[in-house]
Amino acid sequence: MSVAKKNQKPHFDKQGDRTDEERVEAAMQTFIQDFGATAALYMESCVSCGMCAEACQFYVTTDDPKYTPIYKIKPFKQAYKRHIGPFAPIYRVLNLTPKVDIKELEDWQELLYDSCTMCGRCSTICPMGIDIADLIKQARHGMYKAGLMPERMDLMGRTTKLWGSPATPIEDFAEILEEDIQDVYGEPLVIDKEKADILVTLAPAELGDHTKAVADIAKILNHIGADWTFRSDGFEASNIGYINGDIELQEKLTMQLVDTAIKIGAKTLILPECGHAYSALRWEASRWYGKPLPFRVIHMTEFLAEVLNEGKIKVKKIDATASFHDPCQLVRRGGVVEPPRDIVKALGYDLIEMEDSGNFGWCCGGGGGVISNTRANPLRFKVFEMKKEQFEETGAEHFLTSCGQCRITLTGGAKKFNWDKKIESLLELVADNMIEDDASSEDSKETTKENTKEEA
Amino acid sequence: MELLQFARGTALNFALLVFFVGLAWRFFAIALLPFKKNPTQPRDGVGTKEKAVAWFQGIFMRMWPHKSFRKASFFTFVNGYVFHIGLFVVFFLFGPHVSFIKDLTGFSWAYLPSPIIHFASVITTLSLIAVLVYRLRNPVQRLLSTAEDYFAWFVTFLPMITGLMTVGHFGARYETLLAIHILSICLLLVWFPFGKLMHAFLFVFSRGATAVRMKHRGAQL
Repeated sequence: MSVAKKNQKPHFDKQGDRTDEERVEAAMQTFIQDFGATAALYMESCVSCGMCAEACQFYVTTDDPKYTPIYKIKPFKQAYKRHIGPFAPIYRVLNLTPKVDIKELEDWQELLYDSCTMCGRCSTICPMGIDIADLIKQARHGMYKAGLMPERMDLMGRTTKLWGSPATPIEDFAEILEEDIQDVYGEPLVIDKEKADILVTLAPAELGDHTKAVADIAKILNHIGADWTFRSDGFEASNIGYINGDIELQEKLTMQLVDTAIKIGAKTLILPECGHAYSALRWEASRWYGKPLPFRVIHMTEFLAEVLNEGKIKVKKIDATASFHDPCQLVRRGGVVEPPRDIVKALGYDLIEMEDSGNFGWCCGGGGGVISNTRANPLRFKVFEMKKEQFEETGAEHFLTSCGQCRITLTGGAKKFNWDKKIESLLELVADNMIEDDASSEDSKETTKENTKEEA
Repeated sequence: MELLQFARGTALNFALLVFFVGLAWRFFAIALLPFKKNPTQPRDGVGTKEKAVAWFQGIFMRMWPHKSFRKASFFTFVNGYVFHIGLFVVFFLFGPHVSFIKDLTGFSWAYLPSPIIHFASVITTLSLIAVLVYRLRNPVQRLLSTAEDYFAWFVTFLPMITGLMTVGHFGARYETLLAIHILSICLLLVWFPFGKLMHAFLFVFSRGATAVRMKHRGAQL
């Protein structure tokens, strides 16, 4: 082995000090316990046609066949055949499918975490209809249990377990909102109100890069005179557990929001401009609550479209062209296709769709934790170049989206390639262009100020 | 003609038994796994009826790729249709096959003239050869392929080539060729429930399951 190879950094990270056998055992046990009939159907139906490769941004931008989506779950397909499938005893006795070993799991870490955003585009091309993104999510559960995940993502998980959020300790939440957002932007925030109709939640980006978004949602809610609040005990919506594959953490973060919403009597919980937050709470919360939630869960984009469509707020028209980047978890995986387009239309933009848009839009390349996993940057930037090219083909003046993670990913890409295009948030655009000078809005602002004083 | 008798009798009966028992077991074993409950509120206006409709829509909507993928997946899709339709036509619409099935089950139906079937057989055989060449040459398919993928191809190709040889009386006596042809079908039947050929039945369920999941969310199927 050459010196260069010896000194080469391993392409995987490890957590804990378990033996290799223990890691493999943990991954396989989790995978087996996690496995249901639908996932089995998917495993059984694959015909190895490889068409999913053409739908994956990581394959298309690298031409490397290892990025073929269904290949990313190969060890788990192997484990399924050997331990769970209809003919598992035969496979075991005749050793037709070998045992999954530690090397395979280590090698597959990159494929499961660095080169998959769980965007689900591959599922739209699969002739068998296999939901590969869902299988990747299940495979991540096993990898998490084995302590075989990217260190940066695990760090976020550990921070969240310690603080209750990857962004800030929950004890500091109210202070951060008051000092770093309310005082800076001048918009009154309602924090820790005991009872409220609307519980507003946030993603880590909004306590970091996108603090204006926090003031903006407050501005809109105050304007319409809503009975709303942020809560220290229930604000963290991004759900790093969902992304990492840590089911216990996913449950904890989910129930934190559910319990808080129930405690304050909320009728609606508004999720931030974050795609994975929507997937985790809107489509998975009831797995732990056990029945449909007793309140509505809506994404910020749905909320904005609602208040605009119902005429609760009015916005100034912007005479310009724009193209919209579809956040995968919101659009393809969440079914929220029209609301962002309603908002873009209400803002007066002439919307020019990218060649592949809506259900078939390309991922930004940073979802599923890839943006936090810095070692995946080179791959992510390749995806960005493709996205940039698609946007430029539209000739649009503005580049809009409605997911903070997509925005950070695209903004990071723009910075890397010195692209002078600002990635704009629908929430911020609505707030910036909201017409505030009507009588009703003044009344409602007064009410909100009183509410805030009462709480203080 | 002992070999032909064996092929038509013991071998075929055994193959059919393995086929049906294997088929039933494969479905049963999947159904034994837990059906995960997720009682999330569906998208407004989506109920049981809408999901049932989505199941069928999902099956048919995936029969042709969306325009975003058409160029990249053109060969796989078109060639896939050629050999799937070809296999159907040759197996179910060839006069001697219809008679054979009638002897076995009592059911029969109209069949196509032999020249059309011969033409379809040649096209299907060429299409299957193209499938193999593509699998060996395409880096993605080559990486994904396991021994099972090649074996599934082999057991599908064998009845085609032996059928053509039988019809053409090529290489041996007709009875011997017919026996080999029937044995190749037996091999196909025996392997069918164990490998990926099961997608012929499973696609209905995997497409349907995803369609229902997406409909629940109000997403495009």
